[in-house]
Amino acid sequence: MKVLMFGWEFPPHISGGLGTACYGLTKGLASLKNMEVLFVVPKAFGDEDQSEIQLIGANKIPVAQKEFTFKETGTKMDYLEVQSDVIPYLSEDEFWQLKNQILPPKIKFIKTTEGLNIDFSGGYGINLMEEIKNYAVVAEIIARQNNFNLVHAHDWLAYPAGIAAKKASGKPLVIHVHATDFDRSGGNVNPTVYAIEREGMEMADKIIAVSNFTRQTVIEKYNIPPEKIVTIYNAVEPVSKESQSNFKKGVNEKLVTFLGRITLQKGPEYFIEAAHLVLKKTDNVRFVMAGSGDKMNEMVERVAQLGMADKFHFTGFLKGDDVNRMFQMTDVFVMPSVSEPFGIVPLEAMQADVPVIISNQSGVSEILNHAIKIDFWDTFAMADSIYGLLTYPALARFLKKSGKQEVGGLKWHHSARHVQHVYKSLLNV
Amino acid sequence: MEQGMKSICLFFQVHQPFRHRRYRFFDIGNDHYYYDDYANETIMRNIADKSYLPTNKLLLNLLNNLNGQFKVAFSITGIALEQFELYAPEVIDSFRELAQTGCVEFLSETYSHSLASLKDKAIFEEQVKLHEQKIIDLFGQKPKVFRNTEMIYSDDIGAHIYQMGYNAILTEGARHILGWKSPNFLYVNANNPRLKVLMRNYKLSDDISFRFSNTNWSEYPLTAEKFVGWLKKLDPKEEVVNLFLSYESFGERQPKESGIFSFLEHLVKQVVQEKSLQFSTPSEMIEQLQPVSVVSVPHPISWADEERDLTAWLGNEMQKEAFDKLYAVSKRMAVCTSPELKKDWNYLQASDHFYYMSTKFFSSGEVQNYVNPFDSPYEAFINYMNVLSDFKMKLNTVTPEIDLEHDAAELHRLIVIKDQKIKKMEAELQRIHKRKPAKKKTEKKKKS
Repeated sequence: MKVLMFGWEFPPHISGGLGTACYGLTKGLASLKNMEVLFVVPKAFGDEDQSEIQLIGANKIPVAQKEFTFKETGTKMDYLEVQSDVIPYLSEDEFWQLKNQILPPKIKFIKTTEGLNIDFSGGYGINLMEEIKNYAVVAEIIARQNNFNLVHAHDWLAYPAGIAAKKASGKPLVIHVHATDFDRSGGNVNPTVYAIEREGMEMADKIIAVSNFTRQTVIEKYNIPPEKIVTIYNAVEPVSKESQSNFKKGVNEKLVTFLGRITLQKGPEYFIEAAHLVLKKTDNVRFVMAGSGDKMNEMVERVAQLGMADKFHFTGFLKGDDVNRMFQMTDVFVMPSVSEPFGIVPLEAMQADVPVIISNQSGVSEILNHAIKIDFWDTFAMADSIYGLLTYPALARFLKKSGKQEVGGLKWHHSARHVQHVYKSLLNV
Repeated sequence: MEQGMKSICLFFQVHQPFRHRRYRFFDIGNDHYYYDDYANETIMRNIADKSYLPTNKLLLNLLNNLNGQFKVAFSITGIALEQFELYAPEVIDSFRELAQTGCVEFLSETYSHSLASLKDKAIFEEQVKLHEQKIIDLFGQKPKVFRNTEMIYSDDIGAHIYQMGYNAILTEGARHILGWKSPNFLYVNANNPRLKVLMRNYKLSDDISFRFSNTNWSEYPLTAEKFVGWLKKLDPKEEVVNLFLSYESFGERQPKESGIFSFLEHLVKQVVQEKSLQFSTPSEMIEQLQPVSVVSVPHPISWADEERDLTAWLGNEMQKEAFDKLYAVSKRMAVCTSPELKKDWNYLQASDHFYYMSTKFFSSGEVQNYVNPFDSPYEAFINYMNVLSDFKMKLNTVTPEIDLEHDAAELHRLIVIKDQKIKKMEAELQRIHKRKPAKKKTEKKKKS
């Protein structure tokens, strides 16, 4: 069985949860018998391996085709990079770095975040729509020139590509909903994005949602019949031993961490209010907000206003090893998301032996037992849980142990099997 | 006793904990009231109306009409009795009426439905004495037979119980303990054979309390005829059938609509009519029957779960931690005289608090079939530890933990005394001030 898959990003250029999830899923699929994946991403970094560049299509759209090998399993996958004029980037730093590289002048930069939030202000939207359409045009060509049984598209930017491939080939389309615009915007949906999302969902033969929470959004907000949508939870890559360096924190105090984008969706203000409540009662603790985002300044102001700036720290955006180091210093991890389709970060924290507090408004809370769950708005419950974890060592010990065990059972291999099951049902195998 | 005659021992357990309210850490040191009065009252009212009162009424009728041939035993925890007094005093009255028939035996147990037997002998004895006194006060009976919280039993606990003056104990007829042996005989304790051990027939007991209304059960519907038929079919050599149930089975776990009350009524009437069956209280039974063998229970058992062990209350690290931290103050509680603290101490010991912290159902995938006021075991643990922290702070002001605190307590005492003195003097001063203008007036009058 061969799947033509459309994504947004793939290693080494990963900006957030979507890239991580796509990587994990394709890796899981590649480990299954009789599964082949052809992965397509738009790309314009210019650092592709030029030797492997192949020209696909009569309209001279350059495409990089590579063979990607998964280190751990040794399995291989075909991987296509479409020369596109859009570059997803995550942080301001990255933006400047990319801009300083010598790139064709036509290239447009799209600020993406974990949930691919795109700012349409300043008449920029029309061009982006053009690019998404271009991606679809290329998709159509790829679909004509390759043999496959199914099309699978990840999140809204790839939906038009998926639809085009379906139309060109007549093969069934699976769309994978990692987030909807309702999560990203906090209810203020962009009508253009909504239209694309809805069209993708309507054209799809089957929809995969990353949680029941997201599935419900698709049913209620996009009017999709429930029987068309299945929930398949994400998983987490097992950590390699190398990344577990022994890092000691420089302070004796306990550390409570928020790690994620500082945006409305992630609920950073609730974390700050909870921190304030905890600090009223106990002194031997510090709070860290790691990440960047449009609400950052507001949060810094709020911390100052509450007079706890000496105990509350902002680190800015953290990458790779810094994330691991942060986890190693952390005693309690909090994810107070207001609306989180899945939420992979608490799983990473649990892998690093950190007890986690998560909001009931996250998809991941549907599958985790060994995490403390609270409502994001209930700052009293959040503060009480933080205090409990800091004060009663048996609780933290138990959660560390049982949490690590639990997260060890969440394997991409299992998720991939479910996805394969969906494929089979569509192909009547 | 007649050959081929079987004694049916019907025993009911009655217990309700004092549930804690959401006690946040901000409350520690600020608010010393831990209880969810609304939940406690609602739950008690509900269960009294649905279960305790109608079942008591039915039993009273049967006891009055069957001329002493129907007998039944109860154990009611002290904290359940306290809640009756607070929220449903008529339940106490109805139990009193049952007691007056002379066919109802009240058993001894811990006052708080506590797990003290596993931890602290002195506290355990105190708990049992407290409960005994309450039973004597309310029902005019001195209990002779003991039943431990959740049927927890081991050879050591049994031997200890005998030393405390009881001659029999009730426990679970756990399969891994009895092996090929039948629970339908009288046994004795392995350390001290003078203590008789009554083993619960869990199959027949659970048929009533758990399976009665289960339509997927192969024996559904269960009728009194069918049940009595099973009793008659038992090996003629077997002498006793111990049906130990939690009292809420009637009307609560098995709702009224399932026909549980008429089942109970007909069961009792038919057993009385059967020549080979009779009702006995635990005390009668140990007088009538000869024990057949020793039963050896080196590790504590209970009547909970498939495993019949302690893991429902002391299975994970959090439960053990909370349990250890609670009993770490035992010694200081022994010298504490504050009635308020003693009350909290009693309520804190209820096994239910530890049950709420259980993580067992995560692995079994079963839904907890027990009313748990907390959404997760973690929340339950945090809440309990917050309450315990405040309790310890309160205790420190009365009976200090270490010398420094001792000094602090001494100073605190001095401050209280000085405060009182100051108040007294202030009052005196005010009195004097008031008097002065009065004097002036009289002086003026004199002048004029």
